[in-house]
Amino acid sequence: MANGITDFQIPIGDWVADGVDWIQINLTGVLDGISEVLELVIDSFEGGLQAVPPVLLAALIVVIATWRVGWKFGLFSVAAMVLIFGMGIWPETISTLALVIASSLVALIIGIPIGIAMARHDPVEAVVRPVLDFMQTMPPFVYLIPAAIFFGLGKVPGSIATLIFAMPPAVRLTNLGIRQVSEEHVEAGKAFGCTNHQLLFKVQLPLAMPSIMAGINQTIMLALSMVVIASMIGAGGLGNTVLTGIQRLDVGLGFEGGLGVVLLAILLDRITQSFGAVGGAAAAPSFVGRMRQAFERWKESQSSDV
Amino acid sequence: MQDKVVIKDLYKIFGPEPDEALALLEQGLSKDAIFERTRTTVGVQKANFSIREGEVFVVMGLSGSGKSTLVRMLNRLIEPTRGQVIVNGHDITQMSKKQLIEMRRSTMSMVFQSFALLPHKTVAENAAFGLNVSGASKTEQRDQAMRALETVGLAPNADSYPDELSGGMKQRVGLARALATEAPILLMDEAFSALDPLIRTEMQDELVRLQETEAHTIVFISHDLDEAIRIGDRIAIMEGGAIVQIGTPEEIVTKPANDYVRSFFYGVDVSKVFNAGDIASKSLLAVFERTGVNLRSALAQLRDHRGDVAVVIDRGGQFRGLVTVNSLAAAAASDNPQWEAAFLKDAEPVPAEMELSEVLTRVTASERPVPVLDADGRYRGVVDKTILLHTLDKTT
Repeated sequence: MANGITDFQIPIGDWVADGVDWIQINLTGVLDGISEVLELVIDSFEGGLQAVPPVLLAALIVVIATWRVGWKFGLFSVAAMVLIFGMGIWPETISTLALVIASSLVALIIGIPIGIAMARHDPVEAVVRPVLDFMQTMPPFVYLIPAAIFFGLGKVPGSIATLIFAMPPAVRLTNLGIRQVSEEHVEAGKAFGCTNHQLLFKVQLPLAMPSIMAGINQTIMLALSMVVIASMIGAGGLGNTVLTGIQRLDVGLGFEGGLGVVLLAILLDRITQSFGAVGGAAAAPSFVGRMRQAFERWKESQSSDV
Repeated sequence: MQDKVVIKDLYKIFGPEPDEALALLEQGLSKDAIFERTRTTVGVQKANFSIREGEVFVVMGLSGSGKSTLVRMLNRLIEPTRGQVIVNGHDITQMSKKQLIEMRRSTMSMVFQSFALLPHKTVAENAAFGLNVSGASKTEQRDQAMRALETVGLAPNADSYPDELSGGMKQRVGLARALATEAPILLMDEAFSALDPLIRTEMQDELVRLQETEAHTIVFISHDLDEAIRIGDRIAIMEGGAIVQIGTPEEIVTKPANDYVRSFFYGVDVSKVFNAGDIASKSLLAVFERTGVNLRSALAQLRDHRGDVAVVIDRGGQFRGLVTVNSLAAAAASDNPQWEAAFLKDAEPVPAEMELSEVLTRVTASERPVPVLDADGRYRGVVDKTILLHTLDKTT
């Protein structure tokens, strides 16, 4: 009896390994294709960011932080830039930023349409939901193994592991946001003669925007945390600094890398969150709308002076 | 008046077994019994009526009586289970998706209880929504939206966002959005229920005024008796998905079909339900148009036919005064006969909005019928003791 239980085995590990082997042998073309596309995206982002003079790029980040969040956060971003330059980890930070942007972008391009499909078709939701649960609860390290097997070492497998890990919030919150659009709004859209396509783009997506933006913010934050882990398969960047610190037991180096990650995380979080506020409860008008209002107020004050 | 919308044998069954429920309905089972047996809800059953062009047709009932379902079947936001909805001679239940969208864009628009405005669009863009969806040009959208906003008095707020408006103003935008498409039929689902009482009355008056200038065919859902009486040309009362009575407000109040209909008036003080304008009669007294008749011929006419009191109005229908045979004779006998000299001093008119309880005091204090004027001072008719007693008697 006791033997029976200990002998009983379901070789899931073997099956997965077999599956991975099969994919590697039979789907080489597909894998190469994915690899090339991703490489192009990452390289163009990284190349683009590296090409800008560091001081100019830092200034741009400060300007964006001040415009989107406020002057206090602008001051913080100045301090962050000074720290990053001072610790000498600017190239690593930019490399991490490029990888985060590229992975998030791909995750969103895939994730948001899936979220839309989920919201509009219940069967799709029934299938996708457990897959998302699986993707989110699986320890992130586990993604590194198949990514490395399929795509070798480097930035491409790093970004693949990242985008898989980071995609679920975008999918979930897009789905949730569209489903939360009130029944009367949807009815109003239909009653005035919207086609399905118009209903989606004129009513559902705009009203779901705060939720979708929250999903995008979450995706970017998860991507950042995964990019650091992905340095274990050679994704480079700030994660590499941390990893080197661990390998050499160099506390100082590890802390510098970690601090860089934290600063980047705060900047990305606050700036992307500020976009989520658009169309929210306060219905802050877009940047253009705000400028227009300010201009009109200015015009009024001019005419009242006369 | 022509029938604009004809509803024939319309049913809506929610749930997995519509056919079974329909069969049980024909056997005469109640809505609750059918739910017990089949877990299927009867939304609307056997609705048969027509809505005339240019009338305000109010559908009234408690929540769950199927009134919202009924109105949503008119533009197929809810698919009817069985039956026909014929709009301008076309059965909309047979329309293809494309035809249906075309019909919604051109023929029927809708106003919602919670306004359902788009928060990221300006007031003008919201008003232009229907036109935007049907692909009208930018200038056309703006022009039509501005015209509709002017009608509802919101043109100055065209570039505000909905969040900057009060509830009443938001619903004006909702109304403007429905008017902008120039659809002849408006569906209004509890359109004023979310507004506070003062604003609600204001919006009701505005709707009535709007109907006077450009009559739409309006299907108005309400659970509020005052509202139904105030704006409705005809009222349909629904119970358990069925229509139990259709009639003018007077018919519903004075001849309720059953206890359910009567229950709407329990505790309602009839003298508060009706106002002076509702019961004023124009046929009771002779009317002279001042510019058309001179004093002496008026006097002769009045002596020849009807009674001894008459109303004098001017060409625009404005009320001028009340005259009697005696006052006319006295004025005509003077050197310079003037209408003004013949007007009775103690014949103060009352406004049409005055409640019957107040009118009662005025009528009992006066020997003669009391004239009733609308807000613009136009003559609406008179109320005398007989009319008043008749109204109060029939409804208690």
